[in-house]
Amino acid sequence: MSFKVITAGPLSTIQDKGRFGYQQFGIGTNGVMDRNAYQTANQLLENQGNEAAIETTLLGPTLTFDAPCICIITGADIQPSLDNLPVKMYQPFYIRTGQTLSTSMAVNGCRSYIAFKGGINVPELMDSRSTNLKCHIGGFMGRALQNGDTISLFTDEPEIACTISEDSPILSKSAPAVSFDTDVVIRVVEGPQDNYFTEKGKHEFYHGHYEVTPESDRMGYRLEGPAIENINGVDIVSDGIALGSIQVPSNGKPIILLSDRQTTGGYAKIATVISRDISKLAQLKPGDHIRFQKITVEEAQNIG
Amino acid sequence: MSEMQFYPAGDNALVMEFGNIIDEKVNQKVHNYTALITASGIRGVTELLPTFRSLMVYYDSSVVKYHELKSIIENLHPDTDTGISSKKVIHLIPCCYGARFGVDLHDMEALTGLTKEEIISIHSGVDYKIYMLGFLPGFVYLGGLDKRIEAPRLKTPRVKINPGSVGIGGNQTGVYPQASPGGWRLIGSTPVDFYDPSREEPILCRAGEYIRFVPITIDDYYDIRHLVIQKSYTPELITETITTQNANEGGFGL
Repeated sequence: MSFKVITAGPLSTIQDKGRFGYQQFGIGTNGVMDRNAYQTANQLLENQGNEAAIETTLLGPTLTFDAPCICIITGADIQPSLDNLPVKMYQPFYIRTGQTLSTSMAVNGCRSYIAFKGGINVPELMDSRSTNLKCHIGGFMGRALQNGDTISLFTDEPEIACTISEDSPILSKSAPAVSFDTDVVIRVVEGPQDNYFTEKGKHEFYHGHYEVTPESDRMGYRLEGPAIENINGVDIVSDGIALGSIQVPSNGKPIILLSDRQTTGGYAKIATVISRDISKLAQLKPGDHIRFQKITVEEAQNIG
Repeated sequence: MSEMQFYPAGDNALVMEFGNIIDEKVNQKVHNYTALITASGIRGVTELLPTFRSLMVYYDSSVVKYHELKSIIENLHPDTDTGISSKKVIHLIPCCYGARFGVDLHDMEALTGLTKEEIISIHSGVDYKIYMLGFLPGFVYLGGLDKRIEAPRLKTPRVKINPGSVGIGGNQTGVYPQASPGGWRLIGSTPVDFYDPSREEPILCRAGEYIRFVPITIDDYYDIRHLVIQKSYTPELITETITTQNANEGGFGL
């Protein structure tokens, strides 16, 4: 059972939660950018939870199917249709043999998740199916999807096959579609190297409006806005970079490091985005705006 | 030397910082705590990332909170606070110096005032400590390069360096685990794969271990390379006891 990629879209990759436990060897985590949207997709499909899905960027793909399956699309609304009939976001739908799933430009948000009952069948590498574009490993042949690719699904597995039918109870499930803001407040925990910056620099950081630049991708978002002044340079002896770390090179313009970030780096990090706000970030596009709000680590860990 | 400091790195990671310098003793503390935290199996800890002078501890904040984890770690006691562990694990890495691989060895003679043979003898006469891995999968940051063979990076980095290339850049030496651009001066190549995603253990070595380069001929290189491709070669691993407290043969002159 497989589908064929007719048009791939600008950047469609196969991702799951990520590749954990290998950062000490220089291998990044990768994995989905918007974990909320991805998890909702797997939950509604009654999947185990870490099944690989397609993550699209701004523009979705067109796919044709050689056998029936159950599919869902979450995240940014890419106006999906099945043989030209619209299908809803955030609600599983049944695909018959030979049908074509089409999508278009995201009308809000940036990233969408096309997930399947049973998940996408690509080889697991170091406990994950996520694509690592930099190392050319994982996902489908270690790269973004291309026109003409044929990709397998796990729908042949007996326990999954028996759940796939036009009257599957899963098809009645749904979640409310999410609309994504283009001007967001992102909560951060200060540090670990906030002491490299002047009070004036920190004031700018917490009070300025920052714009997501076109030089933003799964690795990180480069922001335009008030420059953050440092005390005596921003070079540190390279250390670990957490998801959501905000590093500030000497030009003072912050960079938020995301799923495809390098494991270690040598710029001081003024703050770290809290895990709950990463999904919000994942849906921002170039031109969208961010303000940063400082909270304590206790507050971040007690958000219900 | 500064005390161990804790900083939150968001709500799912904390950083233990032992200093802001590249130093053998500081780095050893990182590895002592890596071993200690691994052995103590603290609930909620998901991943450890040791670097030159800090240890990033990833954790699940639904299981353990920042202050609780910090206090658990503060109450762990390293076996030794001399900063040096008593045993070292050494990977013996065959290296073909010069030949068609060490394209910068000739320039190195001019830069160091040493002969090719002397450079090789010095480079292969030291056990290099793996301070950390990063930059690329399996890329080892090594400490211990002899000052006599330090050499500045190339003014213009090469666009592509072959996997296995052994080079010197400033006061560092190391091995390119995969094809990549790079500015280090190339002195040789190892037939061993530091990174092979198809191997059960994709990465050859861990931070805290040591590497000793063993000179081989170009014939040996191709024989071993052949075995590596057939997946029937593993470089020898030895364990040695460190006898003196400051056993760092090469001198970590950083």
